[in-house]
Formats: sequence, C-alpha cells, structure tokens
Amino acid sequence: MTPEASRLDLARACRDATIAALISCGLFLPLIGFNTVLNIHNELILETRWPLFAVFIAIIAGGRFVHSLLIAPWLERRAMRPRRDGKPSRITHATSWMIPFTLGFAILYPALALWLAGFQGAVKWIDNFGVQILIYVMLGWGLNIVVGLAGLLDLGYVAFYAVGAYSYALLATTFGLSFWILLPVAGCLAAFWGILLGFPVLRLRGDYLAIVTLAFGEIIRLVLINWVPVTNGYAGIASIPRPTFFGIPFNATDEGFAARLGLPFSPIYRIIFLYYLILALALVTAAVTVRLRRLPLGRAWEALREDEIACRALGINTTNTKLTAFAMGAMFAGFAGSFFSARQGFISPESFTFMESAVIVAIVVLGGMGSLLGVALAAVIMIGGTEIMRELDFLKTVFGSDFDPTQYRMLLFGLAMVLIMIWKPRGLIARREPSIFLRGRQYQSAFSRQPDKHMEAALLPREGAG
Amino acid sequence: MNTPADGATRPGMPESERSARAGSPPLLRVDHLNMRFGGLVAVSDLSFTVGRAGITALIGPNGAGKTTVFNCITGFYKPTEGRIALQAGDPRVWEELEIVTDRGTRGIGHGNGSLFLLERMPDYLVVQKARVARTFQNIRLFPGMTVLENLLVAQHNPLMRASGFTVLGALGLRSYARAEKAAVDKARYWLDKIGLLERADDPAGELPYGAQRRLEIARAMCTDPVLLCLDEPAAGLNPRESTELGLYLHAIRDQHGTSILLIEHDMSVVMGISDHIIVLDHGQKIADGTPQQIRSDPKVIAAYLGVEQDEVGAARTGEADALM
Repeated sequence: MTPEASRLDLARACRDATIAALISCGLFLPLIGFNTVLNIHNELILETRWPLFAVFIAIIAGGRFVHSLLIAPWLERRAMRPRRDGKPSRITHATSWMIPFTLGFAILYPALALWLAGFQGAVKWIDNFGVQILIYVMLGWGLNIVVGLAGLLDLGYVAFYAVGAYSYALLATTFGLSFWILLPVAGCLAAFWGILLGFPVLRLRGDYLAIVTLAFGEIIRLVLINWVPVTNGYAGIASIPRPTFFGIPFNATDEGFAARLGLPFSPIYRIIFLYYLILALALVTAAVTVRLRRLPLGRAWEALREDEIACRALGINTTNTKLTAFAMGAMFAGFAGSFFSARQGFISPESFTFMESAVIVAIVVLGGMGSLLGVALAAVIMIGGTEIMRELDFLKTVFGSDFDPTQYRMLLFGLAMVLIMIWKPRGLIARREPSIFLRGRQYQSAFSRQPDKHMEAALLPREGAG
Repeated sequence: MNTPADGATRPGMPESERSARAGSPPLLRVDHLNMRFGGLVAVSDLSFTVGRAGITALIGPNGAGKTTVFNCITGFYKPTEGRIALQAGDPRVWEELEIVTDRGTRGIGHGNGSLFLLERMPDYLVVQKARVARTFQNIRLFPGMTVLENLLVAQHNPLMRASGFTVLGALGLRSYARAEKAAVDKARYWLDKIGLLERADDPAGELPYGAQRRLEIARAMCTDPVLLCLDEPAAGLNPRESTELGLYLHAIRDQHGTSILLIEHDMSVVMGISDHIIVLDHGQKIADGTPQQIRSDPKVIAAYLGVEQDEVGAARTGEADALM
C-alpha cells in the first residue's frame, strides 16, 4: 500500500458523507420529514418533523464520514495483513466453556434476579426476560430440527405452537384435566398436525415448501378466528388453569404452595416455578436434538439437508425422514404452546400471527442453522433486546414523550439481520460439530488447519455444473 | 423380502471364464425399454443384459440416452414402457420372471434367490431391497458432513433397524452401539481401500476432486449392492487417477462380487476395464459385445466419427469426448 493511500483522506470522506446525506434526504423526507396525524375532528393533518429529520441525516452523514475516514482504511489494512494460521478460531475455542457457563447462568438466573432486584423487582426480570426468552429458545430449538437439521424451511411453525396452546386451553377448561396430563397430549396433537400437513407438502422443496407452510400457518390462525363455537374467535379463551406444583396450586389459600411451606404468599414462587419448568422443557428439546443427531435418523436429516437426491440414491425413504423431522419439530412447538397458554392464562389468535413464525425463523437463521448454542444466543439477543427496549424510558426525555422505543423493534430486527448476514452469513455459530469421530477431534482440526490442503481442494477443478 | 448376498462371488475369476460368461444367466435384464419426455424419445426399444461379477460399460455420443437408462434402472425415472428385471442369489428364480410380470408385483424372493422388477419400485426401494447402488455424473456427496458420516448415512437402513427405528437407540441400548461399531468398521475398511483413512473426520466437501469421486463410490459400496451403477466415474480425473480407478473397480468386482454398470466417455478407461460394452446412439442400441468386437464395429465407428452427412454434428462431440 502506498503511503498516500493510507493517509487520512478528508476530501474523500467529505464527498462520501455528502452523497450519503443527499440519498438519505431523499429517503427520509417522506418517511420521517412528514407525518400524518388525526386531529379531534377526525381530519388528517400533515405535520413536519424537521428536527428529527435533521437528526437522522446528521447520524447518517456522520456515520459515513467516520466510516470513510477511519473504518474503511482500517479494514483494508487488516485485510492486507497475513492471517496467522495454526490457532483454532476464537469461536470454537469459546464454545468449550460457553455451554457449561450458559447452563449455569440459566440455572442461577432466578436467584441472581432475586438478589439484585428484590422480591418485587424480580418478577419482571424472571417473567418478562427469563420465561419469555426461554419460550423462544425452546421454539428456536424445536424449529432447528426442521430448518437447521432437516433443511426444510418452515414459515408456519407458529401453527403448531397454536395447536399446542389451544389443545391445552380447550381440554383444560372443558374437561378440567391437569397440566401434566395435557402437556404430552398437546405435544402429540401438534405432532399429529405436523404429519397431517407434512403428507401433502413434503413433495415440495425449498421456496415452494416455505410458501405452503406459510399458508398453513395462516389457515390455522383463520380457523382459530372463525370457528367461534369452539375457539371463541378473537375473544380468545380466558381463565385457563395455571400449572400446579405437582398438584399443589400457587395461590393464597391454605392449600397453596406458599402456605404449605410456611412462607408468606407471593406471586414470585409461581413465576420461579414456571421459569424452571420452561428451562426443563427447553433442555429436554436440546437433549433430544443432541441424542438424535448421533442416531441414524438424525444423520439422515442432515444428509437430507445436504443433498436429497443422494439420500434417495442411498435407499433412504426421504418422505418418512422428512415427516419425522416435521412431527418432532411440531411436537416441541406443541409443548411450548401448552406451556405458553398455562403461563398466560389467556390466549387468542393474536398471539399466533405470521410475525411469530418470522421471529422464530430469524432466531434459527441468525443463531446458525443447526447450532443449539447459537440459536439460544440469538433468542436472547432478539427477545431480550425487544424487552430491553421497553425499559428505555429515558429516551423520552430526548425524543419527546410520544416516543415509544418498542415501535422501532422491527427496524432494529432488520438492522440486526443485515449486520449479521454481512459479518457472519452462516449465523452466529456456523461451525458444525461432527456427530461421530473416527480418529478424534484433534486430528480433524490438525488436518483442517493445514492451509496447503485447503489450497489443493480449492485449486483442483470442480466439474459440478454439468 | 429376503435378499441374500449374491452367490456369484468368485474372486480371481479367470479371463477365459469371464468372456465365456455369455451362457450364464444375467444379473440384470432390460427388455424393450422406452422412455419419452413429452415428444422427445430419449430411449427407444432398448434391450440388453448385464452379466454377474462383470464390468459392463454403456457408451455412446452425448445425448445418446445413457444417463436416462441409468435413471430408469435406479428408479429415478419411471420408464414409459419396458421391463427391468434384477436377480440376486440363486439364478433359478429367472424362470419365474413371466409369472412375476403378469402378477403385477414388485418382485419375489424365496429360498436364496430373489427377483425384482425395478421399473415398479420407487428409487429408495431399488437400493434398499434390490440393492442397486449408484453414483452421479456431478458428484453428490454430503459436503458439510464428515467423510465418515457420509459412509454411515449409506448404512442408514441396517442402522435404522438396529436402532429399533430410533426408539431403542435413543434409550442407549447396547445392541445399537454394537451395530454402530460394525458400521464404523465397515466405513473404516472402505476408507482404508480408497486411502482416505487420514481424512475420515474432515468435511467431505474439503476433499480434493479425485478423492471425492473415490469416496462417492465407497459410499455406494457401503449399501452392499449387487449392482453398482457409475455415471462417468473417470470424469475430471488425471491419467494416474484413471488408472487407479480401474484397479479399484476390478477389486470391487473380484473381491466383493459386485457387478458394475458404468457410463464413461474416456475410451482408454472403457476399453481397459470393461468385460462387455453396450453402445447407444439416439436412444437405440447399435452394438453390444466385448471391447475387441466394439473397437472394430463399423456402426460404432460411424456413430463416433460420423460418416453420414446428418450426423456430422453429433460425431464432432462424440469425437471430442473420445479424445478426452
């Protein structure tokens, strides 16, 4: 690199910043510069928001200026530097301690919340953050079987979540059956619907499968809305029985959990119990996934993701294999759904929109398809991030009292997606762990590390196109 | 259905016996095969046989319908008309071919012989029951999975049975652990044969091209086939690798008793390793015989070099292929 090129190039940075500012002027003028509001007389009034508009333009111009002046030359210099070989990549190294650390943190989290936030404050942290995130971790892990392992893009996963939730809600309110009986029932019903949907659609592949599963998700939602005699339509199902501590209810009566243990009544016990319940359910999902990956069925799922035609040429019944993946994924969604309705006590079709499916798919894709830890991290970032935004009240002092940070949720989702797809196009943790070793892990990394072997593989002609 | 191992395992069968093989009952019999895609006739009225424990080559200019024949045999295509019968074990089951054909079933198996009508079976059953394995013109490995995993996926069906269709295996029963160990040993045997033992735990997609070709054949062999169909196994290999491939295929034929049916453009490979050659042109069989007979057959020379005016175009491509 010549010395001139590495100098700070102010002129270029200014030019880039001006261009970026002009483009964003054009973009944000209609989006942010103008705003329509309804006044008391029900008239639509056009308002201008020049200060906010100016803030956006300034951020973009400033960002482009800094990028062009400092970040881009730094990236160039880094790309020129020779890469050090022989060291395992940072992320593989991290995973060896990350799993016990994450697990330990998840188990100690309620105690930590109680200690730091007290009995009153901990409710929010355990319920809104802990339980909410773990539901999505479980859904992510369930969908990971379908999308991450078997490679079937399912955009209607929330349908099975809904089947589980309504199974529990309807059976519990109608027949008064307990949560512990209905949990497996809800799982089985969801798996049944998974198979029922699977039969006709699994002949499709890729985009076509995604579209049909998306439609199936909508069908389930519309049935829930319109089948009023059974599902009560938009009004939803209320007063769903809460789960009990193996028969002991969490209430203020003498028979309640707190009274029996001689503790003062507090809602926190139920929330802590729910937290450990969903943690256990999520860990069961993970354990089953880990176990199945090492069995022929799990290997067949992964082979199916890699090359379906080759699977058929090896005598694998691809239809059955796909159906098992679909049913297994749906079953875990059913478990999560029945937990969800028991936790909420009220469900309506509003909870099962396409947005939910999209969030779950986003979690699996961002986390790294097939990686349990990556999916869990992505769920923490996506769902935890959303919840954090509710806490950012101080922003109201900056942007005015009308400002609601949660409205920017989707914008930030999109931004996170774009950034991760740029930096880590295969997800947060993309490395696939082999399900079996012949000679041991160390040989694998030793061989993969040799750069000349990679070169050989890359330079030899690949006649794949024919 | 019972499918015992092919009884025709004859290691080191002498050359004279192999060429006199014409009298012995065949392994595969294709009768009046027709395959049409809309108005296009890819294969018309093709009949041939594949002998047991031999290497049969299917050659012909580009677009002659070779891969279509392969896809019909392996169940990927359903032929428009025709019968494809494969027999394993005791050759006397051939006598029941007409009965099976009229009965409309997929095949029969009794005693130690079995007979399958491949055109009536879906692709995965052709491998699972009739044990016809195949490779692809453009290699189809599972690139993200390790070399060992590729070979274990090939043993899916026996492992699935051993794991009690996942239920018993998930409980961690010892019988499954034993079955998996046997499967790994078989994979190790094949890895040793193709010289990839060192790289067993690396992703298959990272292997060099020639190694990927060998691995795909080893993977097909892990399904315990009686007939191995190879679609252009020497494509993209250098001369040394092509020679090694020939030795490798001879070893498969002689030590495992597996018959091989292959499509190949590289004439030096075909002439060097085949026991029997079938030449296709425009979906029809134009010649059938030993390499010596094919080499001197005027119709084959015409198809490849083009004597008639209207075949100049086809001959050019054929010639280019032959030189490759």
